Amino acid sequence: MKEFFRRTRKSFDSDQSAETVQIPDDLWVKCPSCRELIYRKELNDNLKVCPKCSHHMRMSAREWVGLLDVGSFSETDANLLPTDPLGFVTPDDTYANKLKKSQHRTGMTDAMLTGVGSINRMWIGIGVGDFSFMGASMGSVYGERLARAAEQAAKLNIPLLTINTSGGARQQEGVIALMQMAKVTMALSRLAEAGQPHIAVMIDPCYGGVTASYPSVADVIIAEPGANIGFAGKRLIEQIIRQKLPAGFQTAEFMLKNGMVDMVVSRSDLRDVLDRLLRHYNARSKPPVVQAQAEPELAGYAQGRA
Amino acid sequence: MEQLDTPHVASELTPWDRVQRARHPQRPHTLDYVFALCEDFVELHGDRRFGDDAAIVGGMASFNGRTVMVLGHQKGSDTRENMRRNFGMPLPEGYRKAQRLMRHAEKFGIPVLCFVDTPGANPNKESEERGQGNAIAEGIQVMTTLRTPIIATVIGEGGSGGALAISVGDRILMQENSIYSVASPEAAASILWRDSARAPDASRALKLTAQDLLELEIIDEIITEPAGGAHLDAQAAINAAGERIAVHLEQVCALDLDTLLHERYAKYRSIGRFEEQQNVLLRV
Repeated sequence: MKEFFRRTRKSFDSDQSAETVQIPDDLWVKCPSCRELIYRKELNDNLKVCPKCSHHMRMSAREWVGLLDVGSFSETDANLLPTDPLGFVTPDDTYANKLKKSQHRTGMTDAMLTGVGSINRMWIGIGVGDFSFMGASMGSVYGERLARAAEQAAKLNIPLLTINTSGGARQQEGVIALMQMAKVTMALSRLAEAGQPHIAVMIDPCYGGVTASYPSVADVIIAEPGANIGFAGKRLIEQIIRQKLPAGFQTAEFMLKNGMVDMVVSRSDLRDVLDRLLRHYNARSKPPVVQAQAEPELAGYAQGRA
Repeated sequence: MEQLDTPHVASELTPWDRVQRARHPQRPHTLDYVFALCEDFVELHGDRRFGDDAAIVGGMASFNGRTVMVLGHQKGSDTRENMRRNFGMPLPEGYRKAQRLMRHAEKFGIPVLCFVDTPGANPNKESEERGQGNAIAEGIQVMTTLRTPIIATVIGEGGSGGALAISVGDRILMQENSIYSVASPEAAASILWRDSARAPDASRALKLTAQDLLELEIIDEIITEPAGGAHLDAQAAINAAGERIAVHLEQVCALDLDTLLHERYAKYRSIGRFEEQQNVLLRV
């Protein structure tokens, strides 16, 4: 877990999307919270948590895979690719073009990475969002990968871990994106029938349609310290109520205080907490009461209508 | 508005015209449908946890000779009532009331009729504190496995997650001039066009009309409205909706519960457009 899966940039495509100010050769990183300059290697060794102020910086989905046992992860449904079902065009850009640019920049095909892996040799299904891919907005591919991950975990009789960060449903896919909230929740009902838990980790930032669907009804909900979590964005609320919101509004700690999450766990403790939780579920003496119903016919309705 | 009131050929209307009609203050709202279509309505109140939200109404009624649970977003028809009902934008307790009534319906084997008409869930400080995200998520979750038929009808605005939280059903019907959108055209315009005045453009791009959504295979049927829109002849609009709801209700009530739930699963599981690449190398 010390070294993250790091990919070297292959493209020379100069992308103008303002990345955080970086000092030559990415050697040093400035903490966005306390402005401390940190040696990148040291930061990565510390799970991208600032050693000075313990600010939890964002990690890519591939970096999050480092949470699992080394070499245990295998990706699933990597062959699903996003399309442009509405032919969505804004004055600045087209959705198709935006997808292409994001794919180039992140090396991901869409904002959700799913697979199977283990934590201390206990197998789990896993789904991780990647905020750098169009704000990890939930579209068809995000939904389909996660739905399949839930169905697969139910079939394999293993728990499902989701790591959630998102700006909400992907507007460029319209109501199709909105319906992914229902689709993923549907698929998770199979996991519940199989008697396996869904553990959700909410990381910074998590908003909109993702907060308002599957992670908020997970069996265990864990939030990262300081993560912004909410339904409506802060700016929107401030506009409507015409007041400044208090400091600490919509943070992980705010969610804990209001009873919306089970715990706030720092990144360095996460693996340990998950280990303990998983051991509890695995140590159940009796098989769960609810028996899985007839096998879901995956082939039938899992066909995308691209 | 003058222009809108003259009868048009339906296809001439722009998506923005539909948005205006869907939001028209004289358009019939949930309780108008309930009082006109049902008998012996008994309204039930409160979520048993925090309070009662007037933006969502619900209760038992007799529809077409059958006892049903009706629930829906409730907008007001004048300013005072709109203030009381918060323009049909529910708080978490509204959604939790809806869930309670759905569970109630399941317990007694009563089908559920949902009427969708909201700009969206209420975004304010209190609703965040009481878990708006969780309230909507639980609404969706309850409906995915509720062991009784559910028919959702969009009668005005279907505003994003706030609408979805009471509209995951075995059938989704939309009136001709209703809309259902991932975000309000104004919000989408201010994010993607950086100008909320571009809402007419956003409303076209978002594909939010009933006609678009039937084409995208999201909804099951479009209910025709009287010429010019439901606000011009509320009674005719209500009757037309009642007829179609009755037909679908009989269809879903005829199914046994396992088949019903299997079909509901398949219905939602199949929504999504993506390309599935076949990896030839793996097959060699």
